[in-house]
Amino acid sequence: MDKPVNNRAWFLVLPVLVLVAFSAVIPLMTVVNYSVQDTFGNNQFFWNGLGWFQEVLESDRIHAALGRQLLFSAIILFIEIPLGIFIALNMPKRGFWASLVLVLMALPLLIPWNVVGTIWQVFGRVDIGLLGHTLAALGLDYNYVNDPVDAWATIIVMDVWHWTSLVALLCYAGLQSIPDAYYQAARIDQASRWGVFRFIELPKMRGVLLIAVLLRFMDSFMIYTEPFVVTGGGPGNATTFLSIDLVKMAIGQFDLGPAAAFSLIYFLVILLISWVFYTVMTAQRETL
Amino acid sequence: MTLELRRVTKEVAGQAWVHPTDLAMGPGSMNVLLGPTLSGKTTLMRLMAGLDHPTAGQILWQGKDVTGQRVQDRGVAMVYQQFINYPSMSVYDNIASPLRLQRVPRAEIDRRVRETAAMMRLTPFLDRRPLELSGGQQQRTALARALAKGAGLVLLDEPLANLDYKLREELRAEIPRIFEASGAIFVYATTEPEEALLLGGNTATLWEGRVTQFGPTPQVYRAPQDAVTARVFSDPPMNFKRIEVKRGEAALDEARWRVDVTDGQYTAGFRAPHLTLEQSPRAVPLVAQLDAIEITGAETFLHLLHGEDRWVGLVPGVRKLPPGAPLTLWLDPAHVYLFDDGGRLARAAPSAAAA
Amino acid sequence: MARITLDSLAHSYSPAPGAEGDWALKPMSLTWRDGGAYALLGSSGCGKTTLLNIISGLLHPTRGRVLFGDRDVTDQPTAARNIAQVFQFPVVYDTMTVRQNLAFPLRNRGLPADRIAARVDAVARMIGMQDALDRRAQGLTPDAKQKISLGRGMVRQDVNAILFDEPLTVIDPQMKWELRTQLKALHREFGHTMIYVTHDQTEALTFADEVVVMSEGRVVQAGTPQSLFDAPAHTFVGYFIGSPGMNLLDAQVSGGTALVAGTTIPLAAPYAAPKGRVQIGIRPDAARPSAGEGLPFRLIRTEDVGHHRILRGEVAGAPFNLVVPEDQPILAGFDRVTLDPARIGVFVDDWRIEPLERAA
Repeated sequence: MDKPVNNRAWFLVLPVLVLVAFSAVIPLMTVVNYSVQDTFGNNQFFWNGLGWFQEVLESDRIHAALGRQLLFSAIILFIEIPLGIFIALNMPKRGFWASLVLVLMALPLLIPWNVVGTIWQVFGRVDIGLLGHTLAALGLDYNYVNDPVDAWATIIVMDVWHWTSLVALLCYAGLQSIPDAYYQAARIDQASRWGVFRFIELPKMRGVLLIAVLLRFMDSFMIYTEPFVVTGGGPGNATTFLSIDLVKMAIGQFDLGPAAAFSLIYFLVILLISWVFYTVMTAQRETL
Repeated sequence: MTLELRRVTKEVAGQAWVHPTDLAMGPGSMNVLLGPTLSGKTTLMRLMAGLDHPTAGQILWQGKDVTGQRVQDRGVAMVYQQFINYPSMSVYDNIASPLRLQRVPRAEIDRRVRETAAMMRLTPFLDRRPLELSGGQQQRTALARALAKGAGLVLLDEPLANLDYKLREELRAEIPRIFEASGAIFVYATTEPEEALLLGGNTATLWEGRVTQFGPTPQVYRAPQDAVTARVFSDPPMNFKRIEVKRGEAALDEARWRVDVTDGQYTAGFRAPHLTLEQSPRAVPLVAQLDAIEITGAETFLHLLHGEDRWVGLVPGVRKLPPGAPLTLWLDPAHVYLFDDGGRLARAAPSAAAA
Repeated sequence: MARITLDSLAHSYSPAPGAEGDWALKPMSLTWRDGGAYALLGSSGCGKTTLLNIISGLLHPTRGRVLFGDRDVTDQPTAARNIAQVFQFPVVYDTMTVRQNLAFPLRNRGLPADRIAARVDAVARMIGMQDALDRRAQGLTPDAKQKISLGRGMVRQDVNAILFDEPLTVIDPQMKWELRTQLKALHREFGHTMIYVTHDQTEALTFADEVVVMSEGRVVQAGTPQSLFDAPAHTFVGYFIGSPGMNLLDAQVSGGTALVAGTTIPLAAPYAAPKGRVQIGIRPDAARPSAGEGLPFRLIRTEDVGHHRILRGEVAGAPFNLVVPEDQPILAGFDRVTLDPARIGVFVDDWRIEPLERAA
């Protein structure tokens, strides 16, 4: 085929390629490099093959962290998705109140992660925190520094506070795109409130819900800053999630080899999950 | 100005959206693409505009190959079914926008905007914003923007589909006038046969990604080359019936008439207005069952069942006939087309050949 | 099923309507008989959808009452009115099968399963979808989806009325014929009261026993398709019905003649000398081309529309169209038009007036 195609356009992509190479590929290769070697300092490296990978995959400590991580992601999805849908369903659809609610809902999303952590760290303290002090005054034995359950509860409530509005806003956008005729038809068909939700709102929200679940899962799976600021992974290892554990391993213990292998596995797990989500989402779009 | 498509093909995911197509459009011609939804009208237009690239084949503008060229470099204007204007700009600025992009001098812009606005009857609304106008006026603004651009090729993709019936009727009558004044090549996609007839010019009938026929509109209407073209270009739908020709005589029920085709099986096709309730000298009688009637005020549509086939008849005046009853109708064989087993035209209706 | 009465109905979207322009619907009273087929015809923004929403209970009228039979339903919600509605764009429940879609209104009303099944089968046969009953509604073509909407409207036998809001908008011309015939058959078979809103005169006239023409929130005329065509009460109806619309010429009418641009035209009956702006109206198919006799006509353009031709031109500076049958040759030396006296209407300030004999 003699179609004139202008290949010069590829040059325009070059700066991006260079940028990506320096910011992603080269650091990643350093990690790959560390993951297959051992060192005793002095810049002396020994080939270790897949040893670190094997160690990481068999490590009870990392298994425990992975378990906590999965439990955490599951809990926050279980709370944030239904709660987000519920809030979206009850948000005003138009007028002044709609704008006001939208602004209020967006506020938590604008706060930097470490600030969120600090807010809750202070908020939950028994001595000076409003929440902690109140709970203590009510006679509850609340102390997130010592009690693992309290620590988990604090971090989960913090995450729900921080991120449910994202789910709600996404669902709200999905709901706004449903034409009025659907609601009118449902009234005429005498569908119950549940029927309207089950057969109109939920199917029409499916696309945005998948995105919300994906975003919340990925984000919660990689959570680091907020629990680190609040609990530092404690008490004990109670709130040591994967990324906290990784940082402990790499910087705290300076176990660069295992940490590098750990990072790569972590990276592959996330890649795999993203791929699964992507496949599910595109498959769904094709059936539309 | 000429636009030529040579063996242009478009495949998407292994499926042919447009089969190899040849079309040649002369300077200042009106070309209608007529076909049902998903027949490939929009795909073909996007290829002409350069918004999509053909899988194979060439597109020639003024005899020059422009197949790989960007839309921005082609000098085309397009109007869509939805009324697409810049909502924050006045009607004046909307019409002027393509000229400003072309860096036309101010005075020249002003002259062309006012000229186009006058032609589109938008002069009183130049200071308004598009959303303050009626649907018809919004679409006129979009048309004016396309015309003011001075593009050699103006593509209109069902531009009247979202307008009220009466507005559609008015703009339909105006478009040929506007088009004649502009001198550009117009390509106009529509699903409605009546619209194609009103616009005149040339018509290409489309069916499942194939151009079945291309030629002067009345000719395509009166001398369709095959049954598919006849079906696409008939509203109400053309009536069909399998018939047999023996010893040069066609037989439909009890009716017999002479035809000059070889003996065999044919499909007879005739349009709704040619079925009548009054006997005329050469007409043959047919008996069908009346399924429903529809009165339009001046005419009556007869929905008929003839064996397995559904027919529509259109008769003048208001006829209140009881549904369910058998009805004798008259058909002048001069209005009957014969299609062979492959759907090709075997014999044109003699009346159409005379016209 | 019930007779529908609209009693001095009016509606405004502004909370404190004052000026006439505030009213989307100006005061109107209409009665529709049980089992009739009615159409509300008008261009967008004429108030026809507002009226439909008041009947279905989606809007509460500012003034007046809506009665189903003898029951005042003005304050009743949609669900209590027992009506069905088909919308402009197909409304189907995507996650359900065709069968579940059709059964939905019955299931919500707690009908026994065997009656639902029988009813769904009957309706599926009527809309020609009995073979697709177990397919998912998602992914069907727009016209198949619209058939499902239609079927859901038909499935309940006890509805007071079925309302249609421009239901053929998204349907291809060829398919419109099929759906229109089906609607006719459904109406004949089930005998529901049907109200059909559209801007498309062909759909309105072919569907309805009686068409209500609306303009700017007002009912301009209600009548059979034939009466709207032959005797439009207002020039708007003359223009709006028929394609092209009625030709209107300024005239001086006295007794049995009209004077148009210096030419005298005979009328079928004498009129009392009217005051105000007087026009005569004539349908394009009631005017004939002639040579040397009648009103001077200037031909601008001929359009071949298949089974007839439209001759567009001017008479006395006003646009004037003629419709000529396909097989009729254009007259040699054609420069004038003659009008069929029996089909000339006389309008004063846009409203039709009756001739003397009939008025008496």
